[in-house]
Amino acid sequence: MCSLALFPSPLPDGQVTLYESNNELVAGTSLDSYQKQEWDPPSLLFPRDALKSHSHLESSSKAAFLDHKDTLWMRSAGAWRDAGLSGLFEEIANSSEGEVPRWLTVGSGFTLALLRWFSSFHGSLFPHLTLSTEDMVAEFSQALNWSDCAVRGFAWHPHTDKFAVALLDDSIRIYNSKSATCPTLKHRLQRSVSALQWKPLCATALAVACHNCLLVWHVDPTSLSTRPSSGCAQVLSHPGHSPVTSIAWAPSGSVLISASPVDTSMMVWDVAAETCVPLQRVGGGGVTFLSWSPDGSRVLAATPSALFRVWETRMWTCERWPCLKGRCQTGCWSPDGSHLLFSVKGEMVIYALTFTDSPGEPLGFSGGAKAAAIVADLSETSFQTPQGEVRIGGEVQSLAWDPRGERLAVLLKGDSETPERPAVIAVFKTRSSPVFELLPCGFVQGEAGAEPRMIQFHPNFSNGALLTVCWSNGRISHTPFYFVSAGGPQIRVGGSPTLPVPLFRNMENGDRPLFSDLCS
Amino acid sequence: MFSPGQNHWFIHKVIWWRAAASTAWSVLLLPVTTALFVVVSRASLFHPIQWISESMSLLYGSYVIFSLLILTVVVLLVGFFNLEYYTVVPSIPCTRIALLGKVLHPQQFVHSLAHCMMGMVVAWCASVMIGGRYNFIASPCTEDRGGTAHQMCLNEYHLFLLLAGAFIGYSYSLLGVVRNMNYVSFHTVQQFKYLSFKGALPLVVKYSAIQSLYSLRNYCIFYFFLGYVPRAWICTTMNLHKNSSLNALDTVAGLLDFSLLYHLWISGTFLLVIWYTTMLLFKIYISEVYGFPVHSSFSEEAYQCLPAILSGKEPKILKFLALQDLALLSQHSPSRRQEVFSLSQPGGHPHNWTAICKECLSLNNDLTQRLMAYHEVVSSNGRAKSQCTSNDQKSTSSESSVASGMEELAKTPWRLAGVQDPFSPWYGSVQSPHVTRRGPKLWTSSTESPLNGSPLASPAQAPIPTPATHMPGFLSLWVHNRQEQVKNFLAKRVLIMYLFNKLPEASSQAIFADSQAHIWALEGLSHLVAASYTEDRFGVVQTTFSSILSSMLVLQEAVDKHFKLPHASSKPIRSSFSLEDTTFKTLRFALRAALKTAIYRITTTFGQHIHAVQMSAEHRKRLQQFMEYKE
Repeated sequence: MCSLALFPSPLPDGQVTLYESNNELVAGTSLDSYQKQEWDPPSLLFPRDALKSHSHLESSSKAAFLDHKDTLWMRSAGAWRDAGLSGLFEEIANSSEGEVPRWLTVGSGFTLALLRWFSSFHGSLFPHLTLSTEDMVAEFSQALNWSDCAVRGFAWHPHTDKFAVALLDDSIRIYNSKSATCPTLKHRLQRSVSALQWKPLCATALAVACHNCLLVWHVDPTSLSTRPSSGCAQVLSHPGHSPVTSIAWAPSGSVLISASPVDTSMMVWDVAAETCVPLQRVGGGGVTFLSWSPDGSRVLAATPSALFRVWETRMWTCERWPCLKGRCQTGCWSPDGSHLLFSVKGEMVIYALTFTDSPGEPLGFSGGAKAAAIVADLSETSFQTPQGEVRIGGEVQSLAWDPRGERLAVLLKGDSETPERPAVIAVFKTRSSPVFELLPCGFVQGEAGAEPRMIQFHPNFSNGALLTVCWSNGRISHTPFYFVSAGGPQIRVGGSPTLPVPLFRNMENGDRPLFSDLCS
Repeated sequence: MFSPGQNHWFIHKVIWWRAAASTAWSVLLLPVTTALFVVVSRASLFHPIQWISESMSLLYGSYVIFSLLILTVVVLLVGFFNLEYYTVVPSIPCTRIALLGKVLHPQQFVHSLAHCMMGMVVAWCASVMIGGRYNFIASPCTEDRGGTAHQMCLNEYHLFLLLAGAFIGYSYSLLGVVRNMNYVSFHTVQQFKYLSFKGALPLVVKYSAIQSLYSLRNYCIFYFFLGYVPRAWICTTMNLHKNSSLNALDTVAGLLDFSLLYHLWISGTFLLVIWYTTMLLFKIYISEVYGFPVHSSFSEEAYQCLPAILSGKEPKILKFLALQDLALLSQHSPSRRQEVFSLSQPGGHPHNWTAICKECLSLNNDLTQRLMAYHEVVSSNGRAKSQCTSNDQKSTSSESSVASGMEELAKTPWRLAGVQDPFSPWYGSVQSPHVTRRGPKLWTSSTESPLNGSPLASPAQAPIPTPATHMPGFLSLWVHNRQEQVKNFLAKRVLIMYLFNKLPEASSQAIFADSQAHIWALEGLSHLVAASYTEDRFGVVQTTFSSILSSMLVLQEAVDKHFKLPHASSKPIRSSFSLEDTTFKTLRFALRAALKTAIYRITTTFGQHIHAVQMSAEHRKRLQQFMEYKE
């Protein structure tokens, strides 16, 4: 098993990881201290102070206005609109004497108490339901310490050199290699952005998971406007489906799925028609994280309970995977969709699931693996550096696998209280054929005092892999990994599985470990 | 309703069986619904034990069993009507008069009448099952009116419930035609039948309850004003008396009977739940994926294979299912794709691919032509003309007579409502210079590709005025002036204006009414082409590559142009709690997205190799935009 002890020791303070070349990570003193490629993605800095957050809620502005007595009817209608049934009952129960008959006041008070009792019961089953919306997003977001992030979301365009950045002030900026204009997207409903993703096989559409809806922006890349109007955004919402914490486009670009921790059903959106099909499965209490396999055949859906599901996308059936310890925090797929790596909250390991059959051919659904295998142990390890002892390891916050399947970046949650145990990015070298292997590569470190918050690989970097990291100081840096792909350049046909090739023949017999012996 | 496709093998072998299975399931669900209805109808919160025990004992009663038998017959009939009236291409009326024509159509009349009757039958069953005061139409008069103790009086509650059933039945039928409830849509997400039924069931119940509430309100208004007519009629024909000791129900006091309204609402919901469940099951069964063989080794089965079916026109459902299957196989099934790319055994011709590709391209070109013609009409006249009625596949005698008779009228109000348009063809003999002034189009030259073999009846081209045939003689001028006067006169009447005004975006919807087929064709074609990069061993796709690309680009240009028209890009209001399928209203957006995705899929897969394909400079320029991700 691969463990952190095999890793080269981390860099001393003041050193920054620049790139990987000849199988080694090269460090320098500043991010600009190496030669540029043909288009180098801009290394951006969004200082926290420059961004004003919209931390106040809409209701908090109530205090600024004079109290005005509406009739009970008006107030009830408003309460119904704002807060639904419980708001209506509360309004009636709190109404003054003589406005409504006494039996109605008492009755609604009783119903309200009953509702609260029931919801507290429900909340004790699923504790995440008692969280506030913001806390819930922070809890289930892929970004580390989301509520404190200057950069709350990041998305590379799947085909071209373009990315979108969601900022603390609820705006989204788009940077394009081919144009100097940098559109800023703002919308009334675009609050607490938790995820964003570009539509595959499309140049314009960007889906944004917001506080209580989904937005799909259509940003014309040829337009010179820096502030596209909110008319460019489609609003997709479904009652009871908020906050949206995760979204995923089908690799074929046909549908978009969205998940909310309070909604047990996962929505499959036909974005053009603005219709959705809820896929409901009881159990789990919601859906927190979605990840579509690159070949389009399967979807990982994590729930707030110790359970996750793997859906196959042909007939939308799922298999349940109960975890022992905690909920599934994150997961990622190998480029061919045969391996799923995931991590569980409360455990410092990475698990792997292997799917051997190609779905679609036979309608029958079978996973392949019967149990998940542990492929990496990320428990705490001490390293000696000139500054003293540094302890690295911990739970996994997010995982990213580069599109060629050669590098795996793991964002490890540190301990924010103890400075000698920072959050860190560990990068593994991976290979999935002929056997699945995991080898240590190194740690990616940023400027002094900066903590990694989010990681993502560039979807089609020609010279290897390009890891984009968002740091706690508002910096977005890009770390290239130069290597020659073992299997030659892959052609990725969007959403179209190729003919099944018996690659994993040697893995099917017995309980042979999925990770290479080189590591253990 | 007996179209030529009705005797097709597929209808006999598949569609009928699917309809039968769906109806059988609805019949099997009847006891459950009925039991629920019985329990809910006797609800009394203050005597729960009595309530439960009473309903339990009633469930085994002869009334309920008998009602179940009758309801089974009703469900069978509803299933039959679903089968006869379903459509995969919705007919979208462009004007209110066309909608009126649709409602008053004899076929629709039969539908409404039948549903009225069935509604009454269901209401009778409901009244019998509720029992109590609703049970019989006649009851002995309660009061003693001077010795005539054994007179029979009319039980108005019973009559009220029966008429409510008829009313709800009629509104079901009416709303069905107004909201295109008979339209069977195909979902992008494939699910097993049970799961999709389970997912949609809460919606059915909710929608039925709300719909029943609305119908109830309308019915009460109706009965309040006109209730005395049926009452008097029943009284005379059945020789019954009016019970004067009870409040008549067409008074405010009579209608404010909460128990009555509750029972009415419950019965209405019961009726609608049964019928909508039947419809839902029918739609789920009909739109289920059917796997056609791509290739058969026996020549007598060749007519059942995908290429043969795709090239046929009727029945529509078969063509749709075949296209759906094509889209799915191209996406998910490598082995079936191999069959598409394979060569015929003696001869080595790619018959499968040629047939499939030809049909998809002809579908595309058909749509391009249609859009082009529509655009031509719109830009020549300022507004769209009767594209709708011609596009309507089911335009039948009365509707078309109404439409054709009023067509002339239909053109006038816009001109009068707006500014006098000097370029309008109706302005004296000045003919539209736009038509002649416009230069040759990109598409007009390139749609003449050899693959576009099917004769394209583009009906919308008919209304384009032809200047050459117009002879401005004195007599014709006089007639023309008279016509103008009549039109002017009529156009000033508000009602006429109201009826003949175009509904916004309806014509745009009508053009794209069958676009689901085009979307599948585009998806299937693009997935096949993309897969051919690695899987096509004989290079069969390469022969048609350039015509596929140019066909898509031409369509893309036409679609882009269409979306620049007013109303084309306005979205309909979306409601999440509605059972009505509004996907046909947004098909044009779906088509636009599918088309772009299809082109991107091809360019992304082939990358720089695409420059080796022969095509015109204009198309190359256009394609370059896609290569650079600027579309």
